[in-house]
Amino acid sequence: MIELDSVGVERGGKTVLDGVSLAVSRGELLAVVGPNGAGKTTLLRTCNGLIEPDEGTVSLDGADVTTRSAREIARLVATVPQETQLAFDFDVEDVVAMGRTPHRSRFATADEADRDAVESALERTETARFSGRSVGSLSGGERQRVVLARALAQRTPALLFDEPTASLDINHAVRTLSMASGLAGERTAVLAAVHDLDLAAWFCDRLALVANGGLLAVGPPEAVLTSERLETAFGVRAAVGTNPVTGTATVTPLSADPPRGYRVHVVGGGEAAARTLGRLADAGFEITAGVLPAGDVAAVTARSVARDVVTARAFAPIGREPRSAAKALLGAADAVVVAGPTADANAELVGGRSGRVFATDAAPDPPSNARVVAESELVAALDGEDVLASASSA
Amino acid sequence: MVLRRTLAWSAALGALLVAVVLASTAFGYAAIGPFEVAYVLLGRIRVPTAGGGSVVWIRPFAAEVPRSTELIVRQIRLPRIALGAIVGFALAAAGTVMQGFFRNPMADPSIIGVSSGAAVGAVAFIVVPLSVPFGRPAFAFGGALIAAFLVYAVATEGGRTPVATLLLAGIALQTFLGAVISVLLLSAGDDLETAVYWLMGHLHDSTWGRVRLALPIVAVFFLVLLAYARDLNVLLLGESDAHTLGIEVERTKRVLLATSSVVTAAAVAVSGVIGFVGLIVPHVMRLVVGPDHRILLPTSALAGAVFLVATDTVARSGPTEVPVGIVTAALGAPFFLYLLRSREVHAL
Repeated sequence: MIELDSVGVERGGKTVLDGVSLAVSRGELLAVVGPNGAGKTTLLRTCNGLIEPDEGTVSLDGADVTTRSAREIARLVATVPQETQLAFDFDVEDVVAMGRTPHRSRFATADEADRDAVESALERTETARFSGRSVGSLSGGERQRVVLARALAQRTPALLFDEPTASLDINHAVRTLSMASGLAGERTAVLAAVHDLDLAAWFCDRLALVANGGLLAVGPPEAVLTSERLETAFGVRAAVGTNPVTGTATVTPLSADPPRGYRVHVVGGGEAAARTLGRLADAGFEITAGVLPAGDVAAVTARSVARDVVTARAFAPIGREPRSAAKALLGAADAVVVAGPTADANAELVGGRSGRVFATDAAPDPPSNARVVAESELVAALDGEDVLASASSA
Repeated sequence: MVLRRTLAWSAALGALLVAVVLASTAFGYAAIGPFEVAYVLLGRIRVPTAGGGSVVWIRPFAAEVPRSTELIVRQIRLPRIALGAIVGFALAAAGTVMQGFFRNPMADPSIIGVSSGAAVGAVAFIVVPLSVPFGRPAFAFGGALIAAFLVYAVATEGGRTPVATLLLAGIALQTFLGAVISVLLLSAGDDLETAVYWLMGHLHDSTWGRVRLALPIVAVFFLVLLAYARDLNVLLLGESDAHTLGIEVERTKRVLLATSSVVTAAAVAVSGVIGFVGLIVPHVMRLVVGPDHRILLPTSALAGAVFLVATDTVARSGPTEVPVGIVTAALGAPFFLYLLRSREVHAL
């Protein structure tokens, strides 16, 4: 439906997009993600003819956008812009009805199809209940939904969303994206610039990661969102895990410290352990964890920050398999931290370990070979000379 | 829905216009009652009837009216009222479009220099007497269009005409043309009074000839504006949004700009610079009927006609006649200030 073929755009002598090739077919929701100023909006604007590419072509339904009239484009692709302004106060319904402009001749009055399109757009965006109010009296988020309704009223085979969730609360952000994915399910081609990586990964079939005007990767969210790519694109270290609720990729940015290059294994459950995991990840340690009780907050946190996590059913004896997996991780780690209450089996594993073993003050029953430190001083303790000295002993 | 509202409002304002015209015709130096006015008007109505194989025009409503009364009504008052209605109609229509075009409730029909251009043309003609039929309106009309085109040309780059540039270019040209007018006035000599009187905006020397000059231009170009009313609505969403909704933005802007300039020029050419009609009337009507130009444009235009006929009646019914531009300004300026104080002014 929408095809970009090595598109390049220059603005004021600066390359905004360079050699971007991308295709969105009907029935697909593709999210363009990337840092601010990466060219996401520009990319979208080449698709509806607002920007003419300096190199390459963008085709809509098989024909070059630049050869199509505004009316033809508006019948093929509807756009939800990042922000919209209305100098004079139209009623919500009037604004939504403007979505029918490309379908109506200059003098025709609204017909059945027009009314139907407007009505279902109002219903779908839950704007029907304030359809008689003036746009100026609405909040930013409500207005955003009105603009969305306007685009839906266009009834086009393709949709462009520019940051559709930017001014929406979490509820409506999720609703908007699930609507976008629903539209894709109805054979619409949806191309959206999305800021929130987690939401993009949750709802979109494919992601296109854009940085510095170029396309870094295209593909399923799990394949595109890797720590290395995110660091290249956003310039920040990030932990990529799996959201325990949605089962999709989730990205947690870490503060700017460089990775330290050695590994800490964490055992212990509960919120204290989860906090310790976060602290260690933030400080740049490579983390492994386990055995942790499945579903525990520490296990969830570990999934998003740790390189490897072993979990086992909570309140049940730990089986042979997780035990040996955890043992392997323990063996590979440069240091071990007991960060909270833990099962006997773990205590046994840790207790039999030589080398550096720490326990935070949150561990109720620290193993005898552990050095107990306050949670807040853990990073400093791990950073101590003795930690480095023991790096090879494991 | 929209069509029904438009027709209802237009019918109401049309009726108001007829009432104001009748009342205005009865006002004046010579005492003529409203019934006499009605008789004169009804007496002019001709109805075709078939008689002896050919069409015969008869006047079924002809009534006995003194010859002088008929002359005053037909040759003095009516052309002036008709011209007032046309000018008011034109200015209010152009003002509505310009306010929408610039997305600014403080815009008026002359914002891109049309009136200044007309003034230079008219004053030049007055100062440099040439014997051309309808020379003054023709010069004013030409000056207006040249000025508008200049502003457009200056503001256009690479096929795009940013609204803000247009606005600033308009202001700059108006200032420059103001200086040209001053120079012309300095060398006006005996013609100074005529020129100043013209600049004030008046309907004093209205003739049927001028009505015939202005009416077709205003009528035709008003219809063009009406045809673009919905595009203008969409344009209010911003140019990018309008494009994504299927409007050829630059072409639509050109059409709107050219058409409203011609409409304004036609009005200014026959009446001089009458201010505030094109500013206040659209604004008031927007408060009444809302921002939808499909309703706003025809109703504003009709209200403009009513307003100018009424104010011109005031202008000519005092002990000495004053140019109607003074009356509209006297009413308009306070209203403008009221708007400034009471409403948020969006971007200029």
